Amino acid sequence: MPYALCFLLFMIGLYCAVVKKNMVKIVIGIMIMEYAVNLFLIMLGYRTGGEAPIIDRGHFQSATEFASFVSSSVDPLPQALVLTAIVISLGSLALMISICIKTYEKYGTFDITEIRRLRG
Amino acid sequence: MKGMTIIVKTVSSWVKILIFLFGIYIIISGHLTPGGGFAGGIIIASSYVLLMLAFGREFVEENLSLPLASKLDCLGAFAFAMIALLGFVFGGTFFVNFLVEKYGQPLELLSAGTIPLSNIAIGVKVGASLFLVVLTLSMFRPDTSSGKKE
Amino acid sequence: MAEFYILLLFMIIAAIIAVETTNLLSAVICVGAIGFGGSLMFLFLRAPDIAITQIVVEVLGLIILIRATIARDLTFISGDREFFAVVVSVVIIFVVLLAGIRAFETLPDFGTPIFTKVPGAASQTYISEGLAKTGAANLVASVVLDFRAYDTLGEATVLFTSIIGATVILRRKPKKLLEDLD
Repeated sequence: MPYALCFLLFMIGLYCAVVKKNMVKIVIGIMIMEYAVNLFLIMLGYRTGGEAPIIDRGHFQSATEFASFVSSSVDPLPQALVLTAIVISLGSLALMISICIKTYEKYGTFDITEIRRLRG
Repeated sequence: MKGMTIIVKTVSSWVKILIFLFGIYIIISGHLTPGGGFAGGIIIASSYVLLMLAFGREFVEENLSLPLASKLDCLGAFAFAMIALLGFVFGGTFFVNFLVEKYGQPLELLSAGTIPLSNIAIGVKVGASLFLVVLTLSMFRPDTSSGKKE
Repeated sequence: MAEFYILLLFMIIAAIIAVETTNLLSAVICVGAIGFGGSLMFLFLRAPDIAITQIVVEVLGLIILIRATIARDLTFISGDREFFAVVVSVVIIFVVLLAGIRAFETLPDFGTPIFTKVPGAASQTYISEGLAKTGAANLVASVVLDFRAYDTLGEATVLFTSIIGATVILRRKPKKLLEDLD
């Protein structure tokens, strides 16, 4: 059921990116899709009642403590993938916004249908 | 970009050094506590962005100008690639952790081979990159003489 | 489990407001609310690394977005698109919806991590031997910078290229050179 709500967030972002005419709204739709995908990847690796994947001194008291940590920690691999994805989304946001600013300077509007009609 | 009132300037001149120190802490103990190079680098960049928002763009450009920021960016990326190549030279495979178990004990600050060095290189790179992009966005003055195409 | 549903509902309501409002500044603030809710979700999903990164990235992203929308033309853009564009949009949304529903039937229940269902997954090795092989106590850092360091090199390259692209697009030619050419 949380998977379905995350997919609903993705569909809202997809609707905004495909249907809207304002360029900044398209960028906002792409960002909502990125948030939804990162959330979905982390939700895949979650274990109910699990622990964060960080070892501290309390886990070394005995061998059984370490074994219980191994059997109850959440998955560290999706977290590693999402860490790079979040930083890349910031870089691509900077690129998209610089394109929007340059287009506004040249055409005077954010509307994409107006830009199509002003072909030289 | 103009500055702000005197209250914002005073408070932000006290707070910026705390943010910078917090960013350095998150980078250095990235192999023991949550954080790592990416989050720490962005925190360092946001301390400079706070300075730019409170004091105006020209004040920050005297301290950390655009060519210096881009040189730091390239230096961070170059250091990260060098660590990978040194793994090839000393260990036999590209990117191998060639300093593991050479110094320190696990769970101490000095441990885990090349991981703290990689964290520092990535922190410098990401911080300089994001400061560069916010500086470039604030330097862009729209050219009012161009106007619409006919 | 209740906190997951509350936060997801908060994010969905903020997303609907961000999509439908006509004021660009309100839309940008609602995107900030979605990012903040996402960071809290990551904290409840036992991922503190990702929560720290998400909140600082979202703060900088808000600053960049506001730079584009403030002091610009905030007039109301209305009117419909052409008929062909509407038909294509509806078809795209429908196809993605069907593909998503097909994919959901193969997922395990919420609460069992996916590497227990895939035999021979690498995550079990990362958890049990991560400290012994790399010496790092933070398992996510050991995966990002030692076991899968190629992905980090690729990410550094992509970030470098996109920042260079943004700097080049926003470059301003000095006026003197253009006049000298005439």
